[in-house]
Amino acid sequence: MKLSRRDFLKASGAGLGGFALLGALKPGVAEARPFNPLPLKKKVGEKTTICPYDASGCGFLVAAENGKVVNIEGDPDHPINLGAACSKGASLRQLSADNPRRLHKVLYRRPGGADWEEKSWDWAINEIARRIKKTRDAAFTAKDSQGRTVNRCEEIANLGGSALDNEECYLLSKMNRALGVVYLEHHARI
Amino acid sequence: MTNHWIDIANSDCILAIGSNPAENHPAAFHWINLAKERGGKLISVDPRFTRTSSRADIYAPMRSGTDIAFINGMINYVIDDIERNPRNYNLTYITEYTDASFLINPGFKGPAELDGLFSGYAGGVNEADNKNRKYDKATWTTQLDEKGIPKRDRTLKDPNCVFQILKRHVARYTPEKVSSITGTPKEVFLEVCRTFAATGASGKAGTILYAMGTTQHTCGAQNIRAYSILQSLLANIGMAGGGINAMRGEANVQGSTDYALLFHILPGYLKMIEDNDTSLEKYLARITPKTSDPLSLNWWSNTPKYVVSMLKAWYGDAAQKDNEFGYNYLPKIETGKNYSHIALFEAMAAGAIKGLSVWGQNVAVGGPNSNLERKALDNLEWLVVTDLWHTETSDFWKRPGVNSANIKTEVFLLPALVSYEKEGSVTNSGRWMQWRYKAVNGPGEAEDDLWMMDKIVLKLKEMYAKEGGPNAEAITKLAWNYGNPASPHAVAKEINGYDLTTGKLMSGFANLKDDGTTSSGCWIYCASYTEDGNMAARRDPTPDPFKVGLYPKWAWAWPVNRRIIYNRASVDLNGEPWDKEHPVIWWKDDKWVGDVPDGGQPPMAVDPTKTKLPFIMKPEGVARLFGAGMADGPLPEHYEPWERPVDNIMSKQQSDPAFWIWRPEEQGAADKFPIVASTYRCSEHWQGGQMTRNLPWLVEMMPEPFAEMSEELAGEKGIANGDKVIVESARGQVKMVALVTKRFKPFQVGGRKVHQVGLIWHWGYIGMSTGDSANCLTPHVGDANTMIPEYKAFLVNVRKA
Amino acid sequence: MADKAILFDATRCTACRGCQAACKQWNENDEGEGEKTTNFGSYENPKDLSPKTWLKMEFRETERAGKVRWLFTRRACMHCTNAACVKVCPNGSLYHNELGFVAYNKDTCTGCGYCHDFCPFQVPRLARTSDLTTQGKMDKCVFCSSPGLDRIAAGLEPACVKTCPPDALEFGDRDKLVAEGRKRVTTLRTKGFGNAYLYGDKELGGLHVMYVLDDSPQAYGLIKDPQIPAAAIAWHDILKPVGWAAVGLTVVGLGLNYVIAREAKMTHDLPGKKEK
Repeated sequence: MKLSRRDFLKASGAGLGGFALLGALKPGVAEARPFNPLPLKKKVGEKTTICPYDASGCGFLVAAENGKVVNIEGDPDHPINLGAACSKGASLRQLSADNPRRLHKVLYRRPGGADWEEKSWDWAINEIARRIKKTRDAAFTAKDSQGRTVNRCEEIANLGGSALDNEECYLLSKMNRALGVVYLEHHARI
Repeated sequence: MTNHWIDIANSDCILAIGSNPAENHPAAFHWINLAKERGGKLISVDPRFTRTSSRADIYAPMRSGTDIAFINGMINYVIDDIERNPRNYNLTYITEYTDASFLINPGFKGPAELDGLFSGYAGGVNEADNKNRKYDKATWTTQLDEKGIPKRDRTLKDPNCVFQILKRHVARYTPEKVSSITGTPKEVFLEVCRTFAATGASGKAGTILYAMGTTQHTCGAQNIRAYSILQSLLANIGMAGGGINAMRGEANVQGSTDYALLFHILPGYLKMIEDNDTSLEKYLARITPKTSDPLSLNWWSNTPKYVVSMLKAWYGDAAQKDNEFGYNYLPKIETGKNYSHIALFEAMAAGAIKGLSVWGQNVAVGGPNSNLERKALDNLEWLVVTDLWHTETSDFWKRPGVNSANIKTEVFLLPALVSYEKEGSVTNSGRWMQWRYKAVNGPGEAEDDLWMMDKIVLKLKEMYAKEGGPNAEAITKLAWNYGNPASPHAVAKEINGYDLTTGKLMSGFANLKDDGTTSSGCWIYCASYTEDGNMAARRDPTPDPFKVGLYPKWAWAWPVNRRIIYNRASVDLNGEPWDKEHPVIWWKDDKWVGDVPDGGQPPMAVDPTKTKLPFIMKPEGVARLFGAGMADGPLPEHYEPWERPVDNIMSKQQSDPAFWIWRPEEQGAADKFPIVASTYRCSEHWQGGQMTRNLPWLVEMMPEPFAEMSEELAGEKGIANGDKVIVESARGQVKMVALVTKRFKPFQVGGRKVHQVGLIWHWGYIGMSTGDSANCLTPHVGDANTMIPEYKAFLVNVRKA
Repeated sequence: MADKAILFDATRCTACRGCQAACKQWNENDEGEGEKTTNFGSYENPKDLSPKTWLKMEFRETERAGKVRWLFTRRACMHCTNAACVKVCPNGSLYHNELGFVAYNKDTCTGCGYCHDFCPFQVPRLARTSDLTTQGKMDKCVFCSSPGLDRIAAGLEPACVKTCPPDALEFGDRDKLVAEGRKRVTTLRTKGFGNAYLYGDKELGGLHVMYVLDDSPQAYGLIKDPQIPAAAIAWHDILKPVGWAAVGLTVVGLGLNYVIAREAKMTHDLPGKKEK
């Protein structure tokens, strides 16, 4: 007969039930050891930040040592969350550079290509600007069919923004409108 | 949000409808629990019993897509109760602070008279031709006196007054009718009515917390209109613990909306320029609201100052009076043309869009009708994606079922930084602008988006300066000088704006001018970064004088650090707070104390010559019960979703008369797809999943997409809990885990049983955790006013995989 | 020093599981890609506690008289006063510290597994450190007191308590929390929750993690009137003092059976193997 652990405990209990009372009379704390802790091996928090997930705007503390995030937890001084963090907020550290899935390099995929190639920033900025200019210049509508100045480009679209900072959103708005982009949309609509 | 997160604690009753804060805004629950501890009630209205419902005093199940019937029923209850027990309500607020007393054009007719339509509809009932699916609003007007001021009947008895029109409109929404449309048991519905209507008493405040469950419908904006009407009648707008509060889902979706990353606006909610706006003057004339009422402050009358100051921020010295401040550098959209998300992807699917930049958005998971939108990406010549990792969008050419060799799109994937690897500000739902700091470097060569934009624009400037091109000056003259590397502080200061005569930062938008002597990149943020410093970085926990949780010196809120907007409605005609336990502002010793008042003029009874009406952003100065600005009717009327499980019980008009339809042939019918479906999120994941499906702790907690369904439905379909199921709509099918639960129950609708399922949507084919995307099922139809897709109510069928 | 405790108020919890993540975050339980889980028809996961999951939230649905409820229970070490694990730990690696909670010296743990086997709540879990032997180390919630990670000593709350958005968790002196818990239970009873109960007030000599419940412990998946298995008491109070030689054959026989059974179960318990 195979005896599982639970069975064993039950069986032992049946045989030794009389000892239960004895156990209850001996409080465990009687043999407590002195409280003699070591100092914390890591910083708790250093720089303040705001959560990048939902728009509650909870405050967080980020601690980094030697270029590595060692702890992120709620900012206890922050009046909205008072130090609290939900599962996403409590997991913020796993967004850091230690996450092996983070991108480290500019990647480029050729037309019809089967995989990515690593590229430099200089190359990418130049090539992207080149694509924007080519498409914009070819498709630009300076005047519409009624002769009204409209200065728009309907062949370039731009998406995204709610994961960006305000200053970035503002520049995104400014740069796209300057280019004549009218297909300008982001998360707020979907 | 009219109010803010902490303010929820001041509420006597919290109505969570179209939202699930426990799931999607967990931090809110500190304040919800605090409100409950102080005796407040929590009502959860949701198709299924949620984590929020688990803490609610009342849970009301409601079929997706029937919010208007539910709220109109509540309004009916309230109006009826106002007439029977007027002392339980704040009649001064209703008559003085809303348009209840306004007299409407006698030619106006409503759905009771016109088969579910309002007067002025171009088409017939159930019109299918898009060009006729719109209203001529000639009869949706207010009667004006000889001075051009709205005629009013403060007794609210005139049959043409808004109160009476509204009363007749909602009288059709009896509790029985509401129950038969929504599936909410009548007794539960009435308990919700009684509980929430109790906040109508002077001194009480109830709040509505909503989210995408409200907006993602063909009638989403009308859902919010219904909330506004209810909250105005209950005198809950402007109050601490009151308001209408959209709980927004991304850290900076408030900011990104404020900065107008949407086709129809420019920063600060300035209307986008259209082709008919052939001059700056014509444009300003079109977009600047007017009033003849000397009591109305009509804040938007300042629009020209904000437009010109923005042009000065964008074009600097190149923006001069003689070139209309660079007005013509900017694009003009085609009047009436839709450039919204769905329209954008339809244009892409048709091959009309060649290049796309995507900044931290995973549209291949988040967009509706995902199979279609992913395929549309194949038509691009080039795609630029900035993100932290590979996403379904950047790697769309690797999606299952396609041969990447056939996809000719060039893709640039730019490595970006996480929030704590860079510096800048974000704006939360409560409009708090908060500064974040860099704590650590990002991986490898990752850079922040600000850096990337700066480099791309500088490169474009160089190219256009050298090579020229159409409207090249729009780029070469663009004011763009943020340092090297570009500094978020320099940008934040430009947004705030300068007095160009002194070179000093502006102290607030009240001083902006339309003569080119001031600049401000986004007027509502003017005062956020002043000569006194970066207001968003403030961390002074000093409470407000009345200790209602405003924290006026912590961070900064737009506009002008006002924490509760419409707060002038929180006081009586003498400036005394309706709720003296939770005052927001108070007229004391000839000045306002407390929050920054919505207009600093004296209260209405204190100085009738200098006073102003409380709703300063409306030209009529009061809250609108009658919303003539809406595309699909001035009052909310129940229509079924585009894909309806049953016919409309209220009228012959089946669905919203003005919502946007792109692919009528993709409409699923109830005979083939009898089950209502709604997509939603879970606490452990976020949006398109790129920021959570790559984090081990979150993935292990919530490893797979699932479909929630009732035990009854599972029983009918032979599905056991944990089985794999196929969920299918007229657009596609997905495989998910069945989560069979007591928390979903079939609805009794019009005497019939209607099932509903709920689908978690965060997944896709890239990342640590992969799975099917619920959005492969959702349709390309958009709200009549906002064009937001109808993610929350469509039809499916379910079977065991 | 006064005993410390955690009070979990199930009537405030929204099961956001910030605690579950914060526990891992602070205690650095983040090896590789985490635990491999599948959705088993529940919001709950991982399915069980493990050497890397010291705290998890359990989800239960109930329906009585047409009223559906969704009940959330914290599952982690209860830090019992009468702690079976302390009694059976052969070399004192598990012990009560001065604050009353069950602390742990991982360095001296031999991986015998008795703590797991005798715990009435089946909390401690063994991680196998070698594929060749069954040798491993036990892990469980240690009240955020691992060496170098001792939040309490640093004047901080335990990570789970600190992170809880709806304030369902409180940390403080146990006697004060007992009083607070009793008060809340009384209030719940006056609100019509007749089965409201303060779990941990008396159980096992008093737990250092107590639960304010608006229903019976069983409804929340908690053992009513938990007991220390008698064998643990035997081990602690008789066997340990007098040694194996003096023990009767029955006990030895059971003990041997137990060791054999344990071998079988440990293989089954390996991470990744426990679910299909």
